[in-house]
Amino acid sequence: MLRERESPQAKRYARLVEQEKPRVDVGGNVLKAFVVGGTICLIGEVIKTYLMSFGLSGEVAGVWTSIALVFLSALLTGLGIYDEIARFGGAGSAIPITGFSNSVVAPAMEFRSEGAILGLAARMFVIAGPVIVYGLVSATVFGLIRSVLF
Amino acid sequence: MNYLLAFLFGGLVCAAGQVVLDKSKLTQADLMVILVVVGSLLSALGLYKPLVDTFGAGASVPVSNFGHVLTQGVMEGYAKDGFFGVFAGGVTKAAAVLGAAILFGFTAGLLFRPKG
Repeated sequence: MLRERESPQAKRYARLVEQEKPRVDVGGNVLKAFVVGGTICLIGEVIKTYLMSFGLSGEVAGVWTSIALVFLSALLTGLGIYDEIARFGGAGSAIPITGFSNSVVAPAMEFRSEGAILGLAARMFVIAGPVIVYGLVSATVFGLIRSVLF
Repeated sequence: MNYLLAFLFGGLVCAAGQVVLDKSKLTQADLMVILVVVGSLLSALGLYKPLVDTFGAGASVPVSNFGHVLTQGVMEGYAKDGFFGVFAGGVTKAAAVLGAAILFGFTAGLLFRPKG
């Protein structure tokens, strides 16, 4: 994180930047995120309900649903369509598991030109890596505390 | 009704995330990490499973569910195999989705060219 210098000029400049910055349409963004995120979850519920109609348990159907959404997102990312959804949906396209998949696929495509190993394969985890690391660390800490103490 | 609940709850989580993005300097990656940690905490407190039971995919599709799955894996692993299960349980439970993301990600990286 860059620390801002506290000279008077820097403060004036910061104020000026603040004034000239395009106003973010917060209400509109939130509504779009709600609709896009809600729709992706709705699609997930449709897939899950369909799978359970074949007699799959809720848990197994849930895992298959996640795999299906990861696949669909990888395909749409490959075709350049997920980027359009993301431009519109913001957090609504990032938070569902499709956003996790997108965060794996997009850099894999983009950095393939830097090589199959340190390009494609390494960059796949630029966002997924932190998600996995902090997920597993917090799961271990919280899960262990809960398991051992209670 | 299940569809409506999934839409509403999933939408609410995403709307809340958008408010955080707009009001702070956090990036989408920060937001995803925070949600996974929050999902993990709620899971250990026994609060995430009721959300999934009530809102279905509305709670199981957001990335916070990843934290929930890992945490349940750790707890089930500990109950079954002790400390070995603590190490193995989380990843074991999340393995199918991680495997899918890596395999589909690798394939898409080979097959598709970025636009522009």
